[in-house]
Amino acid sequence: MKIYDVIVVGGGHAGCEAAAAAARLGAETVLITHRLETIGEMSCNPAIGGVAKGTLVREIDALGGVMGLVADAAGIQFRVLNASKGPAVRGPRAQADRALYKAAMQACLAEQDNLTIMAGAVADLAVDDAGNAAGVVTEDGETVRGGRVIITTGTFLGGLIHIGTEQSPAGRMGEAPEHGLSRRFSAMGFALGRLKTGTPPRLDGTTIDWRGLDVQIGDDVPKPFSYLTAHIRNPQVPCHITHTTEAGHQLIRENLDRAPIYSGAIGGTGPRYCPSIEDKVVRFADRPRHQIFLEPEGLDDDTIYPNGISTSLPRDVQEALLKTIPGLESAVMRRPGYAIEYDFIDPRELRPTLETRRLPGLYLAGQINGTTGYEEAAAQGLVAGLNAARAASGADAFVLDRAEAMIGVMIDDLVTLGTREPYRMFTSRAEYRLNLRPDNADLRLTAKGDAVGSVSAERRRRAKEKSDAIDGARGRLARIRVTPPEAIKHGFAVRQDGQVRSGLYLLGYSSISFDDLKSIWPDLSDIPAAAAEQIEIECHYAPYLARQKSEIEAFRRESALSLPLDLDYASIGGLSAEAREKLSHVRPETLAAAARIPGLTPAALTAVLVYLRAHESDSRRPRVGVAEA
Amino acid sequence: MTGQRGGGDATIFALSSAPGPAGIAVVRASGPDAGDALAATIDGAVPPPRRAAYRAIIDPATGDLLDRGLVLWFPAPASATGEAIAEWHVHGGRAVVGGLLEALGALPGMRPAEAGEFSRRAFLNTKMDLTAIEGLADLVVAETEAQRRQAVRQMDGVLGTLYEEWRHTLIAALAHVEAAFDFSDQELPEGLISSAVATARSVAEAIRAHLDDSHRGERLRDGVLVAVVGPPNAGKSSLVNALARRDVAIVSASPGTTRDVIEVHLDLGGVPVTVADTAGLRDTGDAVEQEGVRRARRRAADADVVLAVFDAVDFDEAAIVEVSDIPAEALVILNKMDLVEQPAAGRVAGRRVLAVSCLTGLGLDQLVTVVAERASACVGEGLGPTRARHRAALATCVDALARLDHVADAELVAEDLRIATQALGRLIGRVDVEDILDVIFAEFCIGK
Repeated sequence: MKIYDVIVVGGGHAGCEAAAAAARLGAETVLITHRLETIGEMSCNPAIGGVAKGTLVREIDALGGVMGLVADAAGIQFRVLNASKGPAVRGPRAQADRALYKAAMQACLAEQDNLTIMAGAVADLAVDDAGNAAGVVTEDGETVRGGRVIITTGTFLGGLIHIGTEQSPAGRMGEAPEHGLSRRFSAMGFALGRLKTGTPPRLDGTTIDWRGLDVQIGDDVPKPFSYLTAHIRNPQVPCHITHTTEAGHQLIRENLDRAPIYSGAIGGTGPRYCPSIEDKVVRFADRPRHQIFLEPEGLDDDTIYPNGISTSLPRDVQEALLKTIPGLESAVMRRPGYAIEYDFIDPRELRPTLETRRLPGLYLAGQINGTTGYEEAAAQGLVAGLNAARAASGADAFVLDRAEAMIGVMIDDLVTLGTREPYRMFTSRAEYRLNLRPDNADLRLTAKGDAVGSVSAERRRRAKEKSDAIDGARGRLARIRVTPPEAIKHGFAVRQDGQVRSGLYLLGYSSISFDDLKSIWPDLSDIPAAAAEQIEIECHYAPYLARQKSEIEAFRRESALSLPLDLDYASIGGLSAEAREKLSHVRPETLAAAARIPGLTPAALTAVLVYLRAHESDSRRPRVGVAEA
Repeated sequence: MTGQRGGGDATIFALSSAPGPAGIAVVRASGPDAGDALAATIDGAVPPPRRAAYRAIIDPATGDLLDRGLVLWFPAPASATGEAIAEWHVHGGRAVVGGLLEALGALPGMRPAEAGEFSRRAFLNTKMDLTAIEGLADLVVAETEAQRRQAVRQMDGVLGTLYEEWRHTLIAALAHVEAAFDFSDQELPEGLISSAVATARSVAEAIRAHLDDSHRGERLRDGVLVAVVGPPNAGKSSLVNALARRDVAIVSASPGTTRDVIEVHLDLGGVPVTVADTAGLRDTGDAVEQEGVRRARRRAADADVVLAVFDAVDFDEAAIVEVSDIPAEALVILNKMDLVEQPAAGRVAGRRVLAVSCLTGLGLDQLVTVVAERASACVGEGLGPTRARHRAALATCVDALARLDHVADAELVAEDLRIATQALGRLIGRVDVEDILDVIFAEFCIGK
């Protein structure tokens, strides 16, 4: 019987990315999912990217992942959020056509070498005598063998859908949940938690009165996600905006006893940044209205996704609510909104490679780790896929740190701090945000992806070209020298201090752009736009980036101090009971990770450090003949 | 990073009671060789752990008897530093203490402690946390009740509470800016960023006021500086000695004896005071004395309280004018009142006059009271930052907040707020991104 290097369970965003990554590295990979036609399904809103999430997509792309290319093939309205704000907080985002997205993803996986796709329901894990993952067992009792197993079952573990007081076990609307794996994880002692998320009703777009609604259109020139995509070819369509009304809020208040989150039927914790409409009405009672974005689900699909009214109210209340919303008075509901509760595994069970500590060879990625969002899931899938493939070939771990990627920030947060609510990426989670931008993911990561064989020759060549162009442009700008009188003559308001300034120095002024320089020195026009953009940002942020550099060096020094996984925290003197409990639970792999555990005092960190040093010197220093130099 | 490791370093020793002549002096050694050092310097057995024993204390090099006193032995790790500690309680004369320190320094593996080194070892051996160690350092040098009170206050976290309040305010400001980034496509209130900058500005002002608080906390630790100035032979050194009630400065009848600045630390009404006895202010041809006069003038310029001492016998208002460096708020002290008949005026040339006689003690009690009042006013009740570390962190915070006035880009506003918040966070704990998200989700209706 065939033995795979890597088995991926689940065909969502994490599973697709994991399977593609493992196969790219040459691992014999199989992706097992319930139904082949749901591979690449967008179960919730029809959009990819946004602030921080768009950066994740760019990072996935820079590392050779598939999400950016697929989203470019499916995007029907591209918009850069925060375009008027600084480059570090810009968020590439696109409305995506669901059908196009699925089709592009399935095509992409079909083309991938070393990848087998198999329909099946996984009921259990196979574990070998040594206690390592050895494969999976399907519901038919068949065992698929392989030493690295990546589970990406999303909300399917113990999934329970709520619509008003109706409850039905399901992983997604109309699809059966997963119980076998959930039981297996419990039996193995994994720490499980329960979370909740929700989705709004879906509407028949032909029954919406569009007149009088605000229109939101995409950017004039759609900017692709992938560094490899030259142009967006799909036609671009608008979204519309409406809002709830006081009448609707009154209706919700009257029916709260039938809302499972308020009746006590739902125990799981929901995300604070994506509250249901009943939550918004209760928690922000003084707000007279809440915005709703009417998002198209596809070019050939007239279904509308009303983003902003996620709900688990009963069907009849949902229908009545729609009648109170401008434009939706006669809208036909194709599918009610619902809340779903599901099991997740405490991500502190994981190592930074996303391999579980409890069962070597088992990796987890996506919503099963307590995250939310397609992009967060895909990024974890990528990291799990790369690591599983590398482990299968005996190579060392592939870990991104907090200073080089948003992906590194997310995974470090998850494995170090765990999460109490569905974890979503925010730029504010990154302490080195000014460097972790959507515009430079290729410069930060493509070489690193190339080193492990995750990127194509074409991608490598383009990243190298861009990086060379930047170096060349930097040199040319450094050689431009202007005296203050010359600068004033060119229209730059600099001080008359006799200091000769370089082109790079001039770009440090927020009022001076590369285009300004180009108009004075026309020969700069042959510098590619992408390189000019990088130089501009670099000069603009220069003092801040320099400060961050020293912070990053300190962080890397702490990261270099690794803490043994079997460290006996109980034997460290001077640790409070609380610190001891937290450290024993999290088992941080480095001192830098330990420092981010909330409530751990510098004194506790010092205690750990002193203990480690004493420990080191025990083993390194001779026991006798120690004399003070 | 010498001295940073928990174990394996040299054994350190120091006089751990206050310097200067005293009834009993305590010398302490900490480190792996403390026990050997104790054994080498006593006649008889090392006492059982944590039990005092009376022993003859000898110089191991010569076998000479240095003193007889109590010794104690604390094996590691149950000691104040977590290392082995030995203590010698000897008579406080200079010869005895000097002899013992010299003897210890001659033993292998022993060296004098650097400032604060005992505390640092205690910290590295997790015997205390950073705030406690700073408070303790002050406690150890606390010569007075007022200092002890402040040391206790810091340990209890009065300063911590103040910093925490500022930090919370800044976290809220930062959260508003972050909300404007992460949820820009949602209905948020107008002017989030500009109101955050305004909030930050008010925190910066509060911190600046705190930093400008006349360095009161530092004064409390280091003592209020009282400079004694005046023409030669007015009896400045006699006054200092009378205040100190002990011989600290060279007192002689020939003008210009005191050629440098001599300082004595006193407790005046619970306030630590450093009295600087300066060279007589006069024009002189002697180069050494000129230097002394120059130093005296500089010390007087730094002083919190200036005592201008004059000889009552040949005093008139013109004398004050002659000595041009005497500041307007100085106290004029007329010494040698035992030699004159008539009482002194209450004020001369706008300055308060106190009449004393160092010989008879006349007026000295009143002088002590007045000086103590002025010193106390300098210390005040305000809680200034007590450590350079606090000042540095607060300055970093203020610098970052000051940049907000020049920064145009919102993401750099956030960056500077983050730097400011972290600077405060380092004083009292750490900045957790969840703190920021908590504020965002509590205040705004977020989510589509």
